[in-house]
Amino acid sequence: MVAPVKSPGHVAAPGIGGVGESAARPDGTLKVAGEFAYASDLWIDGMLWGATLRSPHPRALIRAIDIGPALALPGVRAVLTHEDVPGRAAFGVDGVEDQPVLASGQVRHQGEPVAIVAADHPETARRALELIGVRYEVLEPITDARAVIADPERLKVQDRGGVTRYQPVRVGDVDAARERADVVVSSEFEVGIQDQAFLGPEAGLAIPSEDGGVDLYVSTQWIHNDLKQIAPCLGLPEEKIHMTLAGVGGAFGGREDLSMQIHAAMLALRTGRPVKMSYNRYESFFGHVHRHPALMRYEYGAASDGRLLYADVEIVLDGGAYTSSSLNVVGNAASLGVGPYEIPNIRIDAYGVYTNNPPCGAMRGFGAVQACFAYESMMDRLGEACGLGPVEIRRRNAVSQGSRLATGQVIESPAPLAPMLSRLETMPMPPELDASDPRNLPGGVSQATRGEGVVRGVGYGVGLKNICFSEGFDDLATARVRLEVIGGEATALVHTAAAEVGQGLVTIQAQIARTELGVQRVTIAPADTGVGDAGSSSASRQSYMSGGAVKAACEAVRADLLDLARRSLPEAAHVAGGKIVAASGAVLAAVEDVLGDTVIEHTREYHHRATERMDPVTGQGRSHTQLALCVHRAVVDVDVDLGLVKVVELAAVQDVGRILNRQALEGQIHGGSAQGLGLAVMEEILVTDGLVRNPSFTDYLIPTILDMPPMRLDILEYPDPEAPYGLRGAGEPPTLSSTPAIVAAIRDATGRPLTRVPVRPEHVI
Amino acid sequence: MTGTGEEMEFMRPATWADALAAKAEHPGALPIQGGTDVMVEINFDVRRPEALLDLNRVAELTEWDTSGGRLRVGAGVPYARLIRELGDRLPGLAQAARTVGSPQIRNRGSVGGNLGAASPAGDSHPPLLAGDAVVEAESAARGVRMIPAAEFYLGVKRSALEPDELIRAFWSAPASGPQYFSKIGTRNAMVIAVCSFALALHPEERRVGTGVGSAAPTPRRAPAAEAFASAELDWEGRGPLPDAASRRFGELVADAAAPIDDVRGTAGYRRHALAVMARRTLAWAWNDHRAATPERRAS
Repeated sequence: MVAPVKSPGHVAAPGIGGVGESAARPDGTLKVAGEFAYASDLWIDGMLWGATLRSPHPRALIRAIDIGPALALPGVRAVLTHEDVPGRAAFGVDGVEDQPVLASGQVRHQGEPVAIVAADHPETARRALELIGVRYEVLEPITDARAVIADPERLKVQDRGGVTRYQPVRVGDVDAARERADVVVSSEFEVGIQDQAFLGPEAGLAIPSEDGGVDLYVSTQWIHNDLKQIAPCLGLPEEKIHMTLAGVGGAFGGREDLSMQIHAAMLALRTGRPVKMSYNRYESFFGHVHRHPALMRYEYGAASDGRLLYADVEIVLDGGAYTSSSLNVVGNAASLGVGPYEIPNIRIDAYGVYTNNPPCGAMRGFGAVQACFAYESMMDRLGEACGLGPVEIRRRNAVSQGSRLATGQVIESPAPLAPMLSRLETMPMPPELDASDPRNLPGGVSQATRGEGVVRGVGYGVGLKNICFSEGFDDLATARVRLEVIGGEATALVHTAAAEVGQGLVTIQAQIARTELGVQRVTIAPADTGVGDAGSSSASRQSYMSGGAVKAACEAVRADLLDLARRSLPEAAHVAGGKIVAASGAVLAAVEDVLGDTVIEHTREYHHRATERMDPVTGQGRSHTQLALCVHRAVVDVDVDLGLVKVVELAAVQDVGRILNRQALEGQIHGGSAQGLGLAVMEEILVTDGLVRNPSFTDYLIPTILDMPPMRLDILEYPDPEAPYGLRGAGEPPTLSSTPAIVAAIRDATGRPLTRVPVRPEHVI
Repeated sequence: MTGTGEEMEFMRPATWADALAAKAEHPGALPIQGGTDVMVEINFDVRRPEALLDLNRVAELTEWDTSGGRLRVGAGVPYARLIRELGDRLPGLAQAARTVGSPQIRNRGSVGGNLGAASPAGDSHPPLLAGDAVVEAESAARGVRMIPAAEFYLGVKRSALEPDELIRAFWSAPASGPQYFSKIGTRNAMVIAVCSFALALHPEERRVGTGVGSAAPTPRRAPAAEAFASAELDWEGRGPLPDAASRRFGELVADAAAPIDDVRGTAGYRRHALAVMARRTLAWAWNDHRAATPERRAS
């Protein structure tokens, strides 16, 4: 097999840091210098370029496809449609295979792939797309999610019908509690469609292999789940498909679903040539699923002292035309629908629905983000109605270790929400506005104000996120660790299929190996299907799961190493600093001298505690493995005349169980908070009649350095005894709580109700 | 390129005369200077011009000079240099330039390119209008033609430029009074204008100039607002600006706009924001003017 240029190789992890140290990223310098090879940089001699013809309509019947003129274009090597799919016609990320490889008979969302082309040059491939004649019979798109719930039998975008999943949660007696409530508050809320907006668009390279299979280099979040979906569609056994992770430029959930993988493989198998596909920014907006938009109705009742008596909630999540991750997104929204508060009576009805709107699936926070905006807005309203401040109303109702969630699940590990809020409240406030520098003002150098109309506001937000997969899923992780002497130095090779998507797992894996094996030189092998499943780089789970697997494999290697040492050094007890040491701490021998030519290698699987499905009628069940909390305080300056917002500061307190790498962790909290800020004030895919109106970074705005403020962080370490090193997943929780904190701060400054995110200037004035 | 059938010609004249000749020969050629607009459109396949006319080798386009008390600024002077070298003489335009894209974009983009694109959202246009700038266009056949900014913009991305003409420079008097530019974006940097407003005081003429951006099919002045403020301001006594007058000025500026609802904002918000920006910038400018020591008293 000839490997492509710019494909991943072994990565030597720099530095000497073990667990707990801020070891530097091995790929950091390359990324900053612009030299890191992303999937879009993949190259091999003789490769063809693939391109995708997509539906311009959100809903239409396909009456005919004429590929003749495209095939006749010189330089075109293949034009394929649904008729050319070698195996199963559809796939799906979560086991429901309803996403067509290429549309057959009907298209159900704008941008749905209809045909694919391979050509000698990318421009030729694009011209060929224009020559494919597709005769559509356009149908009126189904775009009203609530209408689908009201009439699921009629408003079907596909045979399976209107509702993806309905998940109720029932606790106590809401109607009786309503009678007793001194204070009742209610509101409707809406969350727009957020996009992952990763900077590296979907890309990959498929190379036909000699055995009739295919080698795939792709940027993805979960190699083995890709493989499970790709193989049946190609009609190939999994062994004939070898997958390697190419450089990933961000993911945030948007790479859980397949994009170009099957298409590139089909074109490579048909032409016998390597085929590269790389979306541009416009196509990327149609090439992956987004965050579900949500329509929510909330009613809370409380006693006059602010203690919650009941919650009555409806959450409607629009998943678009195909199932994708909707089943689990609905599960999260339902189970975490009222957040980390003790409420004795709960009625939640959570729905996922199919429409012809843009397809939605996994995105950082996954169902919990949408509910969090609503329940935190409700806590502010309730506090106001009870005459309590935003911190006090939350503290009074906060869960703690031993509390029950809405699902009845008991929180078994520390959940110090009330103390976290108190710490947040006492953190110093940022200085007063300095209007002399326009960059401090709402609007920045656009100079919309010099201080006129600027009002400061403060808001709080709390978020609760499940870590790892839930509801009975055994999302195991596998690691292979090999210890041998290379060039006179003991070297550990860590091999997993876990996707490094920018979060820093590649760094953490090396730190764990150094700590567990007591050696400094660690190499990380490229993630590929040459080792067992690692599970997805999502659900904040890889430090926990692949970290746990690397730790377990290292422990097995260490045990063998010590056994080997004890043959000549009976008192050998530990490995540290590259030496075999006795229990007394006395150095007995160098690891290299003990190892000699011996190679010690072990592979271990790691599983988290089993979970259960939510009861389909009551929503009860121990559905989550681990839960994580983050709390935010936002300080904003709002130009109340123009509706422009400058977030002055975000302060956060997060419990992470154990800090493995503070620098990487702070990056995750900063990034998660920034993504929550984006949802609060700017990020939205605008859709009219199923058509996306802003598929570009010109009009889909993400925060810049002038939008994202400095952060004050207070990171707590309350260990979870079930987790490796006591750690708690950290990537998602800050994405939940920063959004409601910022919106609460804007409400504080303006007095506007602001029931929809992102908040736009016209909502504020 | 292989098998595309139609190829894009790329011309790179070394002199202005060669550029004019090339444009005369290929009226469909699209001039490219910094490429910050043209390349985006080509990359997104929005536009496939039959030819590109690269003006980057025409050195004089990146020069500026003064002539008869007026500034003549080459069409290719990038925003970054405009801010650095002309910020004191063309403050309104420099403020607008500071809001364009990122530092990288400001190093490449130019007023000439902004004029060539003639987008209603271009940040240069409102200060050019408020400051009475004149566009110097030229063709090989007919020579130089001076087009006042107010007559330059004809429609969405349409200008008064003839197919055989190129933009050579723009002319503007150095600011004789305070100038301000103000813009709305839903992000605090790197944003295309939801709407924008420029204001220039011309004290020696006792006149107020305005420019409204991204709130009509073309950038435009707000003549009724200009007339109102010019008459209302106490040029002689430099008295304070009554709040009611600045509000009325804002209303008249909003009335001059003809905005639409689009992905960047609603028509209603654009009108509202224009009124706010207009009254704020007038107050800033007038207060600056009042604070400045009048020349006749300086000696």
